Amino acid sequence: MVEDFGYGVLILSFILAIYAIGSAVYGYVHRSQKWVESSRLAMQLTFPILTLSVISLIYLLVNDQYHVAFVYEVTSRSMPMYLKITSLWGGQSGSLVFWAWLMAAFSTAVSLRKWDRDREFLPWVVVVTSLTMAFFVGLVIFYENPFLQYWKSFSGDVISAMFQPAGSAFFAPTDGRGLNPLLRHPGMVIHPPMLYLGFVSFVIPFAFAIAALVTGRTDDRWIRITRRWTIIAWTFLSLGLVLGGRWAYDVLGWGGYWGWDPVEISAFMPWLTGTAFLHSVMIQEKRGMLKYWNMLLIILTYALVIFGTFLTRSGVLSSVHAFAQSAIGPAFFIFIGITFVTSVALLIYRWADLKAESQMTSMLSREALFLLNNLLFMSILVVCFWGVIFPLISELVTGQKITVGPPFYKNATGPLFAALVLLMGIAPLSAWGHSTLKTLGQAMWKPLIASLVVMVIIFFGFDIRQPYALIGFFVIFTSAFITIYEFWRAARARSRAQKENILLALWRLAGRNRRRYGGYIIHLAIVCMSLGIIGIEMFQTQTQGTIAQGQSLQLDGYTVTYKDLAVFDTNDNRNVARAVLTVSKNGQFLTELYPRRDYYYESQQPMTIPGVRSTMADDLYVILVDWQPILSSGATFKIYHNPLVNWLWLGSIILIFGSIVAGWPDKEVEIVPARVRRNQIAGSAVGQQVD
Amino acid sequence: MNSPKIKFLIGGLLILVAVAYLIISSTKASAEYFMTVDEIKAQQSTIVNQNIRVSGAVIGDTITYDPKTLTLKFTVAHVSGDNAEIEKEGGLAAVLHTAVIDPQRNKLEVIYVGVKPDLMRNEAQAIMTGHLDSEGIFHADELLLKCPTKYEDAVPQQSQG
Repeated sequence: MVEDFGYGVLILSFILAIYAIGSAVYGYVHRSQKWVESSRLAMQLTFPILTLSVISLIYLLVNDQYHVAFVYEVTSRSMPMYLKITSLWGGQSGSLVFWAWLMAAFSTAVSLRKWDRDREFLPWVVVVTSLTMAFFVGLVIFYENPFLQYWKSFSGDVISAMFQPAGSAFFAPTDGRGLNPLLRHPGMVIHPPMLYLGFVSFVIPFAFAIAALVTGRTDDRWIRITRRWTIIAWTFLSLGLVLGGRWAYDVLGWGGYWGWDPVEISAFMPWLTGTAFLHSVMIQEKRGMLKYWNMLLIILTYALVIFGTFLTRSGVLSSVHAFAQSAIGPAFFIFIGITFVTSVALLIYRWADLKAESQMTSMLSREALFLLNNLLFMSILVVCFWGVIFPLISELVTGQKITVGPPFYKNATGPLFAALVLLMGIAPLSAWGHSTLKTLGQAMWKPLIASLVVMVIIFFGFDIRQPYALIGFFVIFTSAFITIYEFWRAARARSRAQKENILLALWRLAGRNRRRYGGYIIHLAIVCMSLGIIGIEMFQTQTQGTIAQGQSLQLDGYTVTYKDLAVFDTNDNRNVARAVLTVSKNGQFLTELYPRRDYYYESQQPMTIPGVRSTMADDLYVILVDWQPILSSGATFKIYHNPLVNWLWLGSIILIFGSIVAGWPDKEVEIVPARVRRNQIAGSAVGQQVD
Repeated sequence: MNSPKIKFLIGGLLILVAVAYLIISSTKASAEYFMTVDEIKAQQSTIVNQNIRVSGAVIGDTITYDPKTLTLKFTVAHVSGDNAEIEKEGGLAAVLHTAVIDPQRNKLEVIYVGVKPDLMRNEAQAIMTGHLDSEGIFHADELLLKCPTKYEDAVPQQSQG
């Protein structure tokens, strides 16, 4: 039977992972390459084996095997093939299998690299990745098994169990419950895997960090090896977050994209520490500073990744409440606790080896500004963490449960984000070691004037007077102009020196220092996204009303007229109510919109699909809230006007592009001893060196 | 200590103070008190205009809705805020049912301006955020409804077999 096979290979992979951990430790302690090699092979073997388990589960899902509880819960006959496959991560147990499988894939990929120069890391990388994988496989085997079958006992109760209980009969429902309709959206189909890819790839830098701590090879080698993994992890995590936002915007019908609920925040927290890590490792590479800090950041990121997996998994499908009842909650907390305490203990053990090689002298040096960036990210993390645990604290202290909602996060993180965006523009202008206000001013005054001109236009031309919005726009445009000006300055200098066309110069320049220019492109992406966020957060307007056929609602100059409504059944078991509206502005017809309400008969769940007219300037977002069968007695609509929100999505596409530039593999052109290079840098004014 | 170190220390302290200020002021401004209907009734005079989050069982007969002004009025009866307690008393559906038919329960009048949600019906659980006015009427800014009976078939029905 397929389900028995799928479960069997899971157990096999668990045993292999445990063996890999054991033989790696044995090989390290006894300095036996043979044992280490054996552990590596065992770990690599988990990948094909877990693949078999994943294939078994997918086979059950696509073949309507509803006698398997997981299949019953997440699929139904009416679902299209691609949704049946992707419902692998539509439920808790399937997504844990998926997580473990990704972990096996990534650890195999990293184990295939050339280890010549860092043999000593290998056993510990195997230990950390295999342990993480074993934890997830263990959860699946012992607590959340997707291969459980239904059995009908003698008394007529239906129970789920792996093996046939005595006196029970085979039981198979004719159809499944189907994936939660809210999750049947392309954004939701790829949102979880993106998030998981991000989560899982952060385990790799963590594994090398632990390897560095255990072996005592605490120079920046572990950072250089995992640099690309970190960029990949960061990109996937960013995309996962953005896709989640896009899904909320398209499907949830509240005109927003981010609601600061604990599940979202738990996915956001590793992104914060990961982003801080991505920046601060550069200080260690260039200046040999912040070594403890980098270790702490990656340890924290790992803990938050596991915690994030735990919380996001309890998200839409099963409530937090149901989750706490299973043994999985305590298992997660014990695992996070043990790995965190062990990692920090290792860090303290190696404290003396992690001393900084140079000192921070100037407040305006690149390293000082990077440190400030890190502090800002950590401050946002503290704000998020405080918001999540505040109800617990208040209940403990005062006995009264008090929560903080989205306004808390917006007020507390707003100024921090603004400072970060400004810093993002300024910091790349500063030099390693030492900068002065004068040198910074020389590089900044032109973009600064340009952004002041834009501010005047915004102030008088668009009549915008809200102080916070003005500050936001100023920060965004200053940062954008400085970054663009940097591109232009460097390209022009090269085109003059090399007598190249300016575009070719720009191309070659970026090609020679991909991480730097990829980073700048990502900075521009963040600027675009900030513009979208300010637009929707500060300038969103809304109206709602019940109107009869032919009547209109007005919002910010738009006129939305109710033309028609049809209610019909579809062949995939939905009842659809679809309204036809026309949108016009200043008497000019613009478009038709079709907001819908789908009612899923199987799950008895309604789903609201907005009608959206989307331009770079604004979105008009219309929701069909309620309707009467007789058109003249009216239907109720809610309309949001979301200025600039498309810049958020555009920014995320630019972000992918920037990440590809920054993470594009190049030949490893080392080995200049670190110290020599550092001296060279100290000599050059701005850190323009090739790396 | 040399001067750059002091400068960095002062800078770090300034950031720390700024972040602490942000957290404290924002917490104060957006704190939401989780209360039950009983607690609101007991402390009525002291909590006027505070942000409150309260849940209760909707009493079907009290629902009135004016689609012209989008004004929704209804009354909720007290239910426990503790999940464990709700489980002990036989689950949310049972608790809501008892609350609605019990005439002795504390009740709270609610006004909400907005579109009437689909799930607004007898024995639904209303989760509301808003504030209490001096008359003791709760003005909800946000209204969320749960109907527990719908989603409870974790194990397939017998008849399907």
